[in-house]
Amino acid sequence: MSAIAFPIPRADILARRDEIIAGLAPLVAADALITSDDERRPYETDALTAYRRMPLAVVLPSTTQEVAAVLSYCSAQGVPVVPRGAGTSLAGGAIPQEDAIVIGVSKMNRILEIDYANRVAKVQAGVTNLAVTGAVSAEGFFYAPDPSSQLACSIGGNIGMNSGGAHCLKYGVTTNNVLGVTLVMLDGSIVEIGGAHLDAPGLDVLGLIVGSEGQLGIVTEATVRILRSAEGARPVLFGFPTSEEAGAAVAAIIGAGIIPVAMEFMDKPAIEICEAFAHAGYPMDVEALLIIEVEGSDEEMDAQLARIVAIARQHGVKTVKESKSAMETAAIWKGRKSAFGATGRIADYICMDGTIPTGQLPFVLRRMDEIIKGYGLRVANVFHAGDGNLHPLILYNCNDPVEAQKAEDAGNDILKLCVEVGGCLTGEHGVGIEKRDLMNVQFNPEDLQQQMRVRAVFDGQWLMNPAKVFPLEGRVAA
Amino acid sequence: MTIHTPTTEAQACAVVASVVATGIPLSIRGGGTRSGLGRPIQVVSTLSSAGLTGITLYEPAEMVIGARAGTPLALVQETLAERGQMLPFEPMDHRPLLGTSGEPTIGAVAAGNVSGPRRINAGAARDSLIGIRLINGRGEAIKSGGRVMKNVTGLDLVKLVAGSHGTLGFLTEVTFRVLPKPERIVTLAWNGLADEAAVALLSTALGSPFEPMAAAHLPAGIGTDHARTLLRLENFSASIDYRGKALAELFSRHGQPELIEGEASATLWSDIRDAGFFAGTQEAVWRLSLAPGNGPRATAAIAKALPQARWFYDWGGGLVWLAVSADGDAGAAAIRAAIRPLGGHATLVRAPDAVRAAVPVFEPLAEPLLRVTAGIKQSFDPAGIFEPGRMYAGI
Repeated sequence: MSAIAFPIPRADILARRDEIIAGLAPLVAADALITSDDERRPYETDALTAYRRMPLAVVLPSTTQEVAAVLSYCSAQGVPVVPRGAGTSLAGGAIPQEDAIVIGVSKMNRILEIDYANRVAKVQAGVTNLAVTGAVSAEGFFYAPDPSSQLACSIGGNIGMNSGGAHCLKYGVTTNNVLGVTLVMLDGSIVEIGGAHLDAPGLDVLGLIVGSEGQLGIVTEATVRILRSAEGARPVLFGFPTSEEAGAAVAAIIGAGIIPVAMEFMDKPAIEICEAFAHAGYPMDVEALLIIEVEGSDEEMDAQLARIVAIARQHGVKTVKESKSAMETAAIWKGRKSAFGATGRIADYICMDGTIPTGQLPFVLRRMDEIIKGYGLRVANVFHAGDGNLHPLILYNCNDPVEAQKAEDAGNDILKLCVEVGGCLTGEHGVGIEKRDLMNVQFNPEDLQQQMRVRAVFDGQWLMNPAKVFPLEGRVAA
Repeated sequence: MTIHTPTTEAQACAVVASVVATGIPLSIRGGGTRSGLGRPIQVVSTLSSAGLTGITLYEPAEMVIGARAGTPLALVQETLAERGQMLPFEPMDHRPLLGTSGEPTIGAVAAGNVSGPRRINAGAARDSLIGIRLINGRGEAIKSGGRVMKNVTGLDLVKLVAGSHGTLGFLTEVTFRVLPKPERIVTLAWNGLADEAAVALLSTALGSPFEPMAAAHLPAGIGTDHARTLLRLENFSASIDYRGKALAELFSRHGQPELIEGEASATLWSDIRDAGFFAGTQEAVWRLSLAPGNGPRATAAIAKALPQARWFYDWGGGLVWLAVSADGDAGAAAIRAAIRPLGGHATLVRAPDAVRAAVPVFEPLAEPLLRVTAGIKQSFDPAGIFEPGRMYAGI
């Protein structure tokens, strides 16, 4: 695939490669500067593997001061910079370009402080999402945002993309769970924003930084909220004859004043793929599956599940499977959490991430099916039903350039559909390069220009992750 | 004094465009109940949202409500209540504290990031605000966010505008995520605890699986003559019984808590939300945001410098409402010196104009952040016409 354009690498920078590397060398430890072809190759893409570009060099600083020195050097030299967490972006947020230095935070992987009384943890940006929960789980705490890649993805990357997860219906996404950051700005200045207290003073710059996709600076440390886990959590699995009935059940549950901690939807192709992989005991004779999880004491969960099951029965549920043990709970979630991996075993896929108003669900599923069939492709749908965040997986063969192009076109049509019904291009993966050229569908020129003028406050030269988020045409520098 | 009251977004754009041409700054006004917040500024023209009213979107099953900026907050809350829902963040009513009258608007709740006791658990207004329409200082109508709660498309200008106090533009429409109202609300009250012990109790409770939705401590002399340490549970009725017992047991060394329900509970928490204990006095009132455990440390240090100071705690100890003499700098130097080693910040919420003009109302920003703040203001409002100087002098 080559549909998404990259800026033409600047010849003057490529010509100065040796000089730039020599300039970076004294700023970081010897093993933190990666220049050989073999060692640079793992950094040429992220989880959007259809696109790859070899960066000029990769730097893996160990301290905030090193990040500051490298950024200050790059800005003085006019060299583009691509920040990188763990490289798990599905939107191509960390894909470099030939004339850019990748600055990776993977060596900054220490948990600096855990404060249970104030319910916060201070961590370096390279700490993985799951490691935060791992560090506090013995005391019964957890870090709430739980993207599917949580074993690998970093807190720095989560902040860059404002990552979500299956449990954000109750606990919110990254921006609701980060209280402070140490931000290195392009000129090398180090800014502390927020801290262990709520609501930083002045304009909400923290809220702007979260989800800014590495365009405004590099976050090296973060203070995140840690929450006390509920006494227990238990999912129930429902199979519905139609997706309309599943959607109506979701609406009715919310209408009854119940906010489950998670409500996950899978369509028939997704059920088949996940069941074949995970043997989770998913029903094969239904069109739609819902996993709904509740939390609390045993009695509380019994009571809540009874209400939820009763509502599902009013909406034509065909299969009801309540977890009776930790093993059954794990099996129910294993199917859903392995959806992407299981799909990857049977075909290449593009994972979309649009959000729709949940009331539009039946219409969007029907229309999506038509779009996909129009291209002669297949799609499997998994998504967060409570918040309307869709993840259609469009199956294709990446060795077939024609089919690959069709898959990309179908994905674009689906995202346009999401915007048309009142939703958005991306709910939790970010724009990256993947959705950059669709930004004009969701925003008019004035909206984008205002965003770009804010961007220019931090980076008037378009050096920070410059190929991302905003269409290459019509950019505003100040 | 000119008051512009556009009734459409297009009219609002035209007003701003004409004002930009004259360079005369504008005050932005909703219901006027919070006009005493921030630094006092001199303006001769006002842009009012009073002509932009009405609920534009309400989908209970999607838990989302949208309204034009001038819509009375009360109308939004009544509309939600009819379907058993509510705004998640319990916005403060500034009228008792500031002695103002009028109808608070939903736009001002967004512009001021106005939250209340539920903030500790359910987030601030900014956490529930999912979409805005705004006229920037070029007279352009722009949008950010939308009507879906999960949206990471582009830079999050919604957050920047939430809490910008009108300095970045004129909001015409706002969209919030909402939540179901709980079936039952019960407040547990323990009497007679000193500040440190009270905040420790609140901290343990907030770190328990029993999910208090609000956690406050009222020292002796605030409301009554004895100290009260309060946890509010919101849930299904059976869960309230269970969780209330569990918490009582957890803190059995402090004795059995009193259970407060209904009107008494609601009144208590609206006094906490609105800092109603300081209504009608001549004192200056500060709002301190700290790591919860540092609340009592900050007040102890402040009390040494300002012996007449009175205070109470919300947000598990992390929000300190502080009343001090309004003389001189209204305690600014002493208060900020006390919290500097602890981290956090102090905002002067109520003081005479002369004091708010002389003392930084919002916590002074470190240089790089001040530069960024000025740059963001310039990026929205190049001519500096919206509420110039409301948050920081010269910005």
